Amino acid sequence: MGEAVHPANTAIPHDHAEEVELYHPHSWWTRYVFSQDAKVIGVQYSLTAIGIGLVALVLSWLMRLQLGFPGTFDFIDPPAYYQFITMHGMIMVVYLLTALFLGGFGNYLIPLMLGARDMVFPYVNMLSYWVYVLAVLVLVASFFAPGGPTGAGWTLYPPQAILSGTPGGQDWGIILMLLSLALFIIGFTMGGLNYVVTVLQARTRGMTLMRMPLTIWGIFTATVMALLAFPALFVGAVMMLLDRLLGTSFFMPSLVEMGQQLKYGGGSPILFQHLFWFFGHPEVYIVALPAFGIVSDLIATHARRNIFGYRMMVWAIVAIGALSFVVWAHHMYVSGMNPYFGFFFATTTLIIAIPTAIKVYNWLLTLWRGDIHLNVPMLFALGFIVTFVNGGLTGLFLGNVVVDVPLSDTMFVVAHFHMVMGVAPIMVIYGGIYHWYPKITGRMLDETMGKIHFWVTFLGAYLIFFPMHYLGLLGVPRRYHDIGQAAFVPDSAHTLNAFISVVALVVGAAQMLFLFNLAWSLRRGRQAGPNPWGATTLEWQTPETPPGHGNFGPELPVVHRWAYDYSVPGAARDFIPQNEPDPAGRAA
Amino acid sequence: MIVTLAVFAGLAAVAAWWLVQQGLAEKPWLGTQPAAELVAPGTPRLPTAKIGLGIFLAVAGLLLSLIVSSYVMRMEMADWRPLPRPALLWANTGVLVLSSLALHWAVRAARRGDRAGVQDGMVMGGLTALLFLAGQFLAWRQLSAAGYRPATGPADAFFYLITAVHGLHLLGGLVALGRAGVKLARGAPMHVLRLSVELCATYWHFLLLAWLCLFAVLAYAPSVTAFLALCIAPFR
Repeated sequence: MGEAVHPANTAIPHDHAEEVELYHPHSWWTRYVFSQDAKVIGVQYSLTAIGIGLVALVLSWLMRLQLGFPGTFDFIDPPAYYQFITMHGMIMVVYLLTALFLGGFGNYLIPLMLGARDMVFPYVNMLSYWVYVLAVLVLVASFFAPGGPTGAGWTLYPPQAILSGTPGGQDWGIILMLLSLALFIIGFTMGGLNYVVTVLQARTRGMTLMRMPLTIWGIFTATVMALLAFPALFVGAVMMLLDRLLGTSFFMPSLVEMGQQLKYGGGSPILFQHLFWFFGHPEVYIVALPAFGIVSDLIATHARRNIFGYRMMVWAIVAIGALSFVVWAHHMYVSGMNPYFGFFFATTTLIIAIPTAIKVYNWLLTLWRGDIHLNVPMLFALGFIVTFVNGGLTGLFLGNVVVDVPLSDTMFVVAHFHMVMGVAPIMVIYGGIYHWYPKITGRMLDETMGKIHFWVTFLGAYLIFFPMHYLGLLGVPRRYHDIGQAAFVPDSAHTLNAFISVVALVVGAAQMLFLFNLAWSLRRGRQAGPNPWGATTLEWQTPETPPGHGNFGPELPVVHRWAYDYSVPGAARDFIPQNEPDPAGRAA
Repeated sequence: MIVTLAVFAGLAAVAAWWLVQQGLAEKPWLGTQPAAELVAPGTPRLPTAKIGLGIFLAVAGLLLSLIVSSYVMRMEMADWRPLPRPALLWANTGVLVLSSLALHWAVRAARRGDRAGVQDGMVMGGLTALLFLAGQFLAWRQLSAAGYRPATGPADAFFYLITAVHGLHLLGGLVALGRAGVKLARGAPMHVLRLSVELCATYWHFLLLAWLCLFAVLAYAPSVTAFLALCIAPFR
């Protein structure tokens, strides 16, 4: 907190409130490990998330091996298979995507893009990261606990989640999973408070809200949403933990298991579904909104055009954020709820298509007649748009009750959400890393390796998930260890499954090339210089690359314009940085 | 989820009110005003820590409302068997009111620059808060002695959960109050102290308000159900 001389609560002139006392590291440990510098914390978050994401990648390989070649691999028995799908889903959604977008990109970019020296509560920020690490360690510990991790499915529906028939249900698996989630949420809340308050309080002079880059708008809105959505998961996790440990009956009805009447009675499993999806649906947009923001900036920068409809983009982000809290029950159409509720939630769900479509049109219109540079970040941005449209269209199918009911729990659903919140956000994460790596390390990632990585990932993802829609329409169920010989599943479906599995192995292997590129370019990459892409936003205008402690020189930058002054007629260059004053005489 | 949605709507209204004031309709691509004109000098700004606390309270409020929502949803089911409410809860409520008043006293003293008054208010506030927690614990003991334990039924489980969550929040507040006390003891300058005391007092008032809502729901649950049933009847 600023040790300013102003007594609290009195009016502080804006131009005196900027300079804050910075935390100064004194040793290697406090500089690189227990660092309070948001840039270091951002990189730490990203590396941890990628690390645990690799575990989830390996799990997906194992799942695909079983689905493609059932009966070939003895060690993938049904309990192991359920454990793999559960941990794969949970890690990817929470510990990889959420942590990487908000903890990783958020920490690195918010202070830099807003012209701030650091987050407003650096110590809390550091705690946030270490609590996240603890959550990841507890999660990993469940792999080594007796009985292994939980196999309850990533939605952890009770009552099965804590019964003995589910892997980890009566062992350590579910306990560690719930503990880990609770820790993650506590850690995230600390970080989230930081991101929001930094955006509110630490913007530099001239950086009005409507001059913020869309990346910041996306991360900011998503953080607000996450702060409001994660408590629902927290409450659900704590209540289920009490059911499991203290024998309470929040979610557990009275039931008979293997001829034994259990001690539970009077709980409501549907209650958990409400809590879970009150978190679960906003979570989709918690991942998508930062992706929307980042991709807007990638497209504007690499097409050398101002973003089309900036105001609409901002309004759409805010509207999507608000709407996403009133659609949760579209995940529960088959839970036996009142049909009028289904009608209500189908309507709100389909309304979200409007702001989302506005964004897609604006991206396309930004590209229209732009000077498109088909470099790696741009390729990933284009890949995102196509994939997101694909996933969004199948979302229209599933948002309607009458279509959703027969498609529930089929591979169609798996294909839909992997397209919309798996592949699409990952495309943006890659695009973002290729885009900002030069600022983080001072060197460019290798272009050739990047292009191979893109094409294998992009085409591979389509080869995996397009056929999966077809399997779903046939009625092939998800979550089955082995579909066996069913009359409605033709032989060709089995062949298709084997094909998907082979492609999945190849796409997974291509990610190793990306990791190699990250490591190789750290030393051998081409020197990037301060602003290799000719971008306008403040992080590219720092005096040092990589930015030093405190981000900017003795004076904080002053913002004179919005973030998208590309190809301005009459300007000397095809971009004008945000902190460049207006030359006298140019018409306003 | 109606309670949660009501709280969420309130938060969304505040957010919308704030956003509207931020010039969301301005066209940033038109012209480049000099930066000096963008923010009028002397614009009052809240201290960063207060904004941080405000956002934390929004999160904590939503968390509590989610528990209340679950409680209300469970209560609507046919087999609901409410808990007897210990009279002790009334006394505890009174103690918590005193605690909040004491911290309010401390804030008033801090604004006057009266260190001794701040100290009195903080000590009183802390002690009464501890007394409240002890009283809540006693209420647990009474209930469990009468055979109402977390595992005996949904109403019992919710009672323990709600009081525990509220108590844990107060415990966290006591840690913050303790840190403010350390600042006082070390002779921190008055404006620093004043901010800390103000933050604690805000948090205390929030927890008092939350407790009043939770107490009302716990103690008068059946009438709330009837009221809710009346409200949502047209949508059934």
